[in-house]
Amino acid sequence: MPGVKDQKIRLATVWLSGCSGCHMSFLDMDEHLLELQKLVHLVFSPLADHKCFPEGVDVVLVEGAVANTEHLALAQTLRRRSRVVVALGDCAVTGNVPALRNRLDSEGLLQAVYADGERLPGLDPRREVPQLLSSVLPLHRVIPVDVFLPGCPPAPRSIQAAVGALIQGESFVLPESMRRFG
Amino acid sequence: MNQTVIIDPVSRIEGHGKITLHLDDTGRVADARFHVTEFRGFEKFCEGRPFWEMPDLTSRICGICPVSHMLASAKAGDAILGAGIPATAEKLRRVIHWAQILQSHALSFFHLSAPDLLLGMESDPDRRNIMGLMETHPEVVRNGIRLRHVGQEIIRILGGKSVHPTFAVPGGVRSAPQRDDLHSIKQLLPEALNIVEGTLDLLKGRYGDFRGEMACYGDFPSLFAGLVTPEGGLEHYDGVLRVMDEEGNILEDGVSPERYRELFAEAVEPWSYLKFPYYKPRGCERGLYRVGPLARLNLCDFAGTPRADRELLQFRSFGKTGKPVTGSFHYHYARLIEILFALEKIAETLKDHDLTHSPLRSQAGVNRRVGVGAIEAPRGTLFHEYGVDEHGLLLSVNLVVASGHNNLAMNRTIRQIARAYSNGAEITEGLLNRIEHGIRLYDPCLSCSTHVMGKGGMQIEVYGPAGDLRAYNR
Ligand code: SF4
Repeated sequence: MPGVKDQKIRLATVWLSGCSGCHMSFLDMDEHLLELQKLVHLVFSPLADHKCFPEGVDVVLVEGAVANTEHLALAQTLRRRSRVVVALGDCAVTGNVPALRNRLDSEGLLQAVYADGERLPGLDPRREVPQLLSSVLPLHRVIPVDVFLPGCPPAPRSIQAAVGALIQGESFVLPESMRRFG
Repeated sequence: MNQTVIIDPVSRIEGHGKITLHLDDTGRVADARFHVTEFRGFEKFCEGRPFWEMPDLTSRICGICPVSHMLASAKAGDAILGAGIPATAEKLRRVIHWAQILQSHALSFFHLSAPDLLLGMESDPDRRNIMGLMETHPEVVRNGIRLRHVGQEIIRILGGKSVHPTFAVPGGVRSAPQRDDLHSIKQLLPEALNIVEGTLDLLKGRYGDFRGEMACYGDFPSLFAGLVTPEGGLEHYDGVLRVMDEEGNILEDGVSPERYRELFAEAVEPWSYLKFPYYKPRGCERGLYRVGPLARLNLCDFAGTPRADRELLQFRSFGKTGKPVTGSFHYHYARLIEILFALEKIAETLKDHDLTHSPLRSQAGVNRRVGVGAIEAPRGTLFHEYGVDEHGLLLSVNLVVASGHNNLAMNRTIRQIARAYSNGAEITEGLLNRIEHGIRLYDPCLSCSTHVMGKGGMQIEVYGPAGDLRAYNR
């Protein structure tokens, strides 16, 4: 599809098992977003209405850990279709809070939470909701990751520095002064 | 047999969800369901941890309303200590919470819903988002960014970070602002007030274009529930529970939040990780209630600040005289009024109180074994209930989140929209977006809503007359 917008960098943002806080930190770039919009085409994001992860993505920011079958499939798809994959935030980098459930067995967890065994969501693969993985995993345990941005969430200036470099086609390593968890 | 169409994921909402539409033989939508597709298990994996950690841990339930979880959790902690908190700490908690109401509502209105309101419900899906809006309505987007910034910045000034601040603790707050900080906050307010007044005009100016939507975007009689001040005013931090019926009669009033289990019960369905709360005395069938901005503005007798009270009067004209406003389309308007209110309250609190004053924290140990913390989060009433042992380690955690309360109402809303706009012909992308907007009205926070929780993703499905699932991708 030729056209002006396709000369822009194709940026995607994805949300696996996270709290949306990393996306909020992305939005905390505030007016800088207006500049970013001139350079990128947002081709997939929970902030927009695309339903399928597209081909030919330049940079994808991935928030959240991998907790269920749907996350796993999406992680694999986005890796195949993207040049640079960024693990955005502690959940994607380490598993963080979502991984606190790993000491529990997932079926027992569902039983405990939804009490009524007959009508339990998430056990029957034919139902509408995806099934839980037995452990919540950081993104790099599932697919190769190119850039890590720790923080819960990463500070807006870290995200800005990373996105700024990556959309110029440069490689990026988070400067030591910006490296922090939590 | 019937067909099914799936909308997966529902976008421009917070969390993971999908929608399934079931079609009858004529191709019209017979039923629609909203599925929350994620689960994180907070209620279980927190067991065994000290309740002191919970404000920071539970704020990770949601990155849009972390302050509400932090505060509900700290309040449950206050109850376990059995101690009142210092006056300055309470004022500071209120200010940071109004800041969050402000930023969260700004996000819902500008970043998530404005693309539908300004570009059209059935406009080009590729541009129907905040980035697309930057090209067509740069001033509106800039205002939205600024308004949200003011809320986030106040949170940052008080709590050190705009997302997941470390601020409230059982017994009070960790730190007080300096005079300079308070000055910085004050300077942010006039611009924000201007923006929200302008946005109210913008929305009301376009109301005429949305008569069709207003009639079927969740317009039905229902109960309303939430907290009000003991005097009946608009409240976001504390207060007592009130329940109102479809006619505006008060069914429950002045109920202490600890008694929430007497009012609300929850049903479970295998097709969603989100539970279905209902008003217990009426049972699941007739117990549907709504919470959040629309409910709060219906429930309160007055707002309590001049500009918000002026708008409240106009808002009420959308209900029959003396009756509640029953259309969920008005959630948008209600959100803007609450932003106005939050700004006025922050200004008033800064003017009337010295917020640099200590003490900030009451020192106490475990004096009670159970604590309930209730708060009006941006999306509605939020309860944290903890049971602890004598050392303060958690034995039980129950979270009832705002978006959960609205689960029945959201399902009813998408059904109403789907039936009103499906004509038996083709299921268009525009129709699906209308249905999704029905969810956006409630601004659900599905991270919060999967109760034990997690994150919900939404998706929309459509089933055909044969019960076959027709995945719908766009
Ligand atoms: S890293 Fe923190 S802010 Fe980001 S999704 Fe995880 S919990 Fe939320």
